Amino acid sequence: MIRRKPLEVEAVRGISFAVEQGELFGLLGPNGAGKTTTIKMLITLLLPTSGQARVLGRDVVEDPREVRRRIGYVFGGDRGLYERLSARDNLRYFAELYGVSGKAQRTRIDEVLELVGLKGREQERVEGYSRGMRQRLHIARGILHDPEVVFLDEPTIGVDPVGARELRTTIGDLIAAGKTVLLTTHYMFEADALCDRIAVIAKGRIVGEGTPEALKAGVAEGRVTEIDAFGVDDAAVARLRAIAGVTAVTVEEREQKQLLVVQTTGERELTAPLLAELEGFEVGRVSTREPTLEDAYIALVTAE
Amino acid sequence: MKPLRVFATGFVLHFKNLSASPFMVVTAAIWPLVYATLAFLMFRATHQAPSLLYAALGAAVMGIWSTTATSAGGAIQQQRNWKVLELLVAAPSPLILVLAPITVAIAGIGVYSIVTTLLWGRLLFGVPFHVLHPALFLVSIPAAVLSIGLLGLVLASVLVLYREASAFSQALEYPVWMITGMLIPLSLLPGWIHPISWALAPTWGMRAVRRAALGGAVGTPLLVCVLLSVVYAVLAIVLIRHFERLARERATLSLS
Repeated sequence: MIRRKPLEVEAVRGISFAVEQGELFGLLGPNGAGKTTTIKMLITLLLPTSGQARVLGRDVVEDPREVRRRIGYVFGGDRGLYERLSARDNLRYFAELYGVSGKAQRTRIDEVLELVGLKGREQERVEGYSRGMRQRLHIARGILHDPEVVFLDEPTIGVDPVGARELRTTIGDLIAAGKTVLLTTHYMFEADALCDRIAVIAKGRIVGEGTPEALKAGVAEGRVTEIDAFGVDDAAVARLRAIAGVTAVTVEEREQKQLLVVQTTGERELTAPLLAELEGFEVGRVSTREPTLEDAYIALVTAE
Repeated sequence: MKPLRVFATGFVLHFKNLSASPFMVVTAAIWPLVYATLAFLMFRATHQAPSLLYAALGAAVMGIWSTTATSAGGAIQQQRNWKVLELLVAAPSPLILVLAPITVAIAGIGVYSIVTTLLWGRLLFGVPFHVLHPALFLVSIPAAVLSIGLLGLVLASVLVLYREASAFSQALEYPVWMITGMLIPLSLLPGWIHPISWALAPTWGMRAVRRAALGGAVGTPLLVCVLLSVVYAVLAIVLIRHFERLARERATLSLS
């Protein structure tokens, strides 16, 4: 027998955070940062090797069944449903698994279908649903048993802009209904618009935590200069980083064009020195703006 | 939470989901016809009408077991591929009440094989379908289906942790035909195999179905079939609890 050695990865290292009741708390971080691992520990799908996590005062290792009863979990993507069953049958099944009584099931299923905008389409098989409809059905399934806490793991991933906007409205409705929500997302504008507080995770550790405004102010004080350029090499980028007052430089490749995002302390005007270092390269539009949550996020994650 | 209600709803919806798959239904309905044809040709040599019905019922139950052996193991993997397994584990219902309806529904799909096999025998080979104890026959069929489904559940429970175990489950298809008397009478097998046969609930389920149709005491095999099914359920509870915990430790629930 050939026995493969199990691969051990330390996905999360000593993170600590608390989410208040009725709050929409965001977990941001690059792929592989530990966001999903954190959520899966909190929803009892993974056992932590050490440390303690409590949801609504219940230990996720000692009391998983009670935690499961009181939380909802929704992840992004178009799977996680029984394709050959109707939306109503999918909901009926999970209502049963979550102990929603027979009498309450019909009313509750109608309520959640109404909430996510699928009323009238519930008898159709899920295999005919669009991605946005599936995602809304996921949310309906996650809140069917009226949980106090809802975990949303990248719920808008792959959904078209209109569908994503509708989903964000639904998430807002959850908060309005008094739910506590823990959300992971890669979309910074989404986190900025929805979250009361945010924790940024990188390489399994929390590298920043606070309100979106505090993160923007605390990490990316000053201003951001964006420069459209062509063919800028690493040496030129290093020269930009070396300019006094520059705190970070990132390069986004956009087909043939490059977008240089330069974060500065804002203490002095740096447009002229920046352009001087880019002499010899083709430079297009130059603009200066206030830092966004994305700037703060990039500064936090790249600082690690 | 009412366990019987959770089980019944799960069974109905999984049966509905499986029945909506043309591949599953056609396989369950047509595959056993091959076994039945071979069995009819072998048994016809004896020129005894009851033997042909004996063969027909054996082939039908072989169909149920084949569907279960090839699909019950794969069912857990399928829930994984559909990304549903994590959602099922994350629900507060005990995992046994989530998985048992899946494997029993798969065995239930095998009931299509009973209908097609008996029709095939009647139309092509003139097998008389005369059941001596219709009421007991109608009780024996679900008992045999349940026992096969729960044996499938024991195999499937290993799949919660080990994704590779479906190959092992499929490899059991032919041996179980042989040692449970589905194809040939147990008396033709070596004596040392008999204790293994007696420990398998489908042996007793098969015996109850045949006796209900052809004559003989049905009570004992039916009772032993049900009791062994209960033992399988208890074994599955222990195994699923153990493997669920290991899967949560090793993060294998979401792997596909």
